[in-house]
Parts: sequence; C-alpha cells; structure tokens
Amino acid sequence: MAMILFLVVMVIIILAAAIYAILQKDLLYAVLATGVISVILSIFFYLLQAPDVAITEAAIGIALTTIIFIITIRNTTRDEDEYKENHVEKFNKKN
Amino acid sequence: MMEFSEIFFKYKDLITVAVYGTAIMLIIIGLYGVLLKKHLVKIAIGLTIMDSGINLLFVAVGYIQNGTAPIFSPGHEGDAIRMVDPVPQALVLTAIVIGFAVTALALSLIIRLYKHHHTANIDQINSLKW
Amino acid sequence: MLKKYIIFALIAILGFYLASTFKEIPFGANRLGDLNDPETVSAFYLQKSPEDLHVANAITAIVVNFRGFDTLGEVTVLFLAVTGLTSILYRKEEEEDEEERLSIPSSSLVRTGAKILFPLILVLGMYVFIHGHLTPGGGFQGGAIIATGFLLMLITYKTFFTNHNVMTWLESIAGLGFVIAGLYGLIVYGSFLQNTAWTGNLNDLLSGGLIPLIYIFIGLKVGTELTSVLDILLNIKPRKK
Repeated sequence: MAMILFLVVMVIIILAAAIYAILQKDLLYAVLATGVISVILSIFFYLLQAPDVAITEAAIGIALTTIIFIITIRNTTRDEDEYKENHVEKFNKKN
Repeated sequence: MMEFSEIFFKYKDLITVAVYGTAIMLIIIGLYGVLLKKHLVKIAIGLTIMDSGINLLFVAVGYIQNGTAPIFSPGHEGDAIRMVDPVPQALVLTAIVIGFAVTALALSLIIRLYKHHHTANIDQINSLKW
Repeated sequence: MLKKYIIFALIAILGFYLASTFKEIPFGANRLGDLNDPETVSAFYLQKSPEDLHVANAITAIVVNFRGFDTLGEVTVLFLAVTGLTSILYRKEEEEDEEERLSIPSSSLVRTGAKILFPLILVLGMYVFIHGHLTPGGGFQGGAIIATGFLLMLITYKTFFTNHNVMTWLESIAGLGFVIAGLYGLIVYGSFLQNTAWTGNLNDLLSGGLIPLIYIFIGLKVGTELTSVLDILLNIKPRKK
C-alpha cells in the first residue's frame, strides 16, 4: 500500500514540475524545475531495475544540464518578457 | 521490491497507466513548449523535457514482471532466468549522453545569437525574411 | 489565435495515437523466451555474457562488445558537438568594458570544503569507470562525475584555471587509444573491435579482455571533454551594461 502511494506522489511531482517549467516567466525557476524532473526520473529508473541508466541520468541531468542553462541565462535575459521594455530603450540609447 | 510484485497483480491497470501516462504526458508538455513559446531558452527547456519523456518510455517497455537488474554479482550467477531486458537500457544510455551534447550545442548558438541581435525573442530575429 | 487552436488539436491527436499504441504493449510481460536455447537478441546476450566473455555487467558487455560500433559513433557525436561549441564561442583576446568571472567571493566554508572534496570526487570518478564491468557504472558516468568535481573548483575559486594544452592532449590520446584497440582486433582477429581470447574468471578485475581498457579510454576522454566545455562556458565575459 505504501508502494502505490509512493508511485502516485512521484507521478504528481513530475507532472506538476513539467507544467511549472513551461508556464513560468522567470527563467531561473523554470531551469530548477527541470532539475527536479531529472531527480525524480532517476528514482523512477531505479524502481524499473535499471541502475546504469539511473546513475547516468543523475550525473548528467542534475548537475551538468542545470549549470549550462544557468550560464546561458546569465549571458542572455533573465525574464521571458524582458524584450518589451529594454529593446526599444536600448536601441534608442545607443543611437 | 518484494511488495511491488505482490501488489502488481491487483493494481496492474493503475501501474500501467501511471508509467506509460507519465512518459506520454512529458512528451506532450515538451512538444507544447517547443511549438508555442517565443523565448529561445524556453524552447531549449521544452526540448530537454521531451528527451526525458522519451527515455522513460524506452526503459518502461523493457521491464519484466518480478525481474531484477541484469548484473551477475557474486552469489547471483544463476540469475539469468529472472532478469529484465538489457537491450533498451543500453540504447537509453547512449541517448542520454547525446541529448546532453545537442542541448549544449543549441545553448551556445543561443548565446551567439543574443550577442548579435541583442534580443532572444524569435519574432524579433527576422533578418532572413524578405 | 487560429494557429494556437490548430496546434492544440495536433498535439491532442498525437497524444491519443501514442496512448492507443502503447496500450497494446502489456507492461511487464515476459518477452525473452527460453534462455537455454535463445531465439531473441536479449536472451542471446544474457546467455553469452557470463559464459563466453566472463563479464559480470551485461549492459557493459552490450555497450562495449556486442554493440561497440555504436559507442564509437556516440564518442564521435560528442566530439563533434564539443568542437562546434568551441568554434562558435571563440573570441579574440582583448575587448574593452568587460567583467570578470565571478562577482561575489565565496565564503571560507565553501572554500575549505571544496579543497577537501575535490580529490575525493576525482577518485570516485576513476573508481566508477575502472570497475565498469563489475558494478553498475562505466565510462560515461565516471566522466560526468569527474567533470562535476572540476566544476566545483571552477565555481569556488576565481583563480583556478585548467591547463588547456594538457586537456587537449589527454583527450586526443584517449580517443586515439580507443581506435587503436579496435584496429588491434582487426589485425589480429579479422574484424574491427573483436574481443581477445584471454579472459579471466567471472567477477575478477582483469576479466573481459579489452573491455576495461576501452572503458578507461572512454572515461578519460569524456571527463576531459566535459571539463573543457565548462571551462569555455564559464569564461565568456558578458558585456558591461
């Protein structure tokens, strides 16, 4: 009975994190939700009797994917709608 | 994992819907993000979510009831009768690494595009349209 | 607005067809067949792996020995992606009005912890790819762990630089070693990446012929490749606003 409850909680966390990652406007929070998906997915792979795949998903999906997304956000905009205010002003200021 | 196999008989439909349904919902949510969002980094996030969904679908197809991990550790050498299918796991191992490499290349292109056009919105980058 | 509704309809149709296809595949049914007289590919691999090759990890035997050519293709794709990334983000040396790498200095707790943890993480990564044929693990996992160790040091210290020449040479020699191991099989036994005849007992460290050697080469190559990717990405200097 505890196993069924555990499975249902994991499925709810994955779907909630995926919907949050797509609908959120602040990009840093969306990237952290993608990291949460990788963590729960690694537990799921272990329950399906695949330890090699669980280690690979944990090592690559949690640490490396999150850090390269954060470096990209640092070099572009942080907000999804940031272009509306800054784009026109930035070009006017430069000219 | 002993309780898992006993409960499996009673709740077989629920577990099937849970595992396959999660993978297909992840693919659909990722596809929605790729097709309908305007910011380039949000499109890359949708691509990553789609990769995770497809890998989960592959490993879920290869599961066998009452199975165990395909490793012949000392003391369990006669276990080949009860092992899960090893071929989908080897394919998914390759797929995860290649998905990461493609994501890294896409993000470097996004950084370069931002430095040139000063915007990361795909509606504003239209210098190839006539 | 019309485009949004059309895309919703298309995604719903795709989801419906995926669900109806995967309802036909029963979850958990036995598909291997008889294991003493193998008819499917999986049963053949599971039978040959402890008897002929003496390798304990069946997935390592599949990835390196039975499907070794796909692993060569994967290493090539990783190498191409990293080369593309390096050449896109290449810039000349000096440009004015740019910032430094880190803006906030780390606290002393983080600095001391990173200095203690860094050699331990490197040893863990090397253990994972050396024992890839006995326990779950292998070259790709060990390489990712090594890259995470270097990432910890790169974030904490502002003056930690990895030697670019050493990384490039190590990666090239490891990649060349993999191809030479395959050519050794071609010259001696007649087909590319064919495994040798001297295999030890099951669950020994020196079992499996060429398999541990190939995984050591792959582990070193992937580790140094991912470290140089992180080094290049962390050194892009954003323009001062």
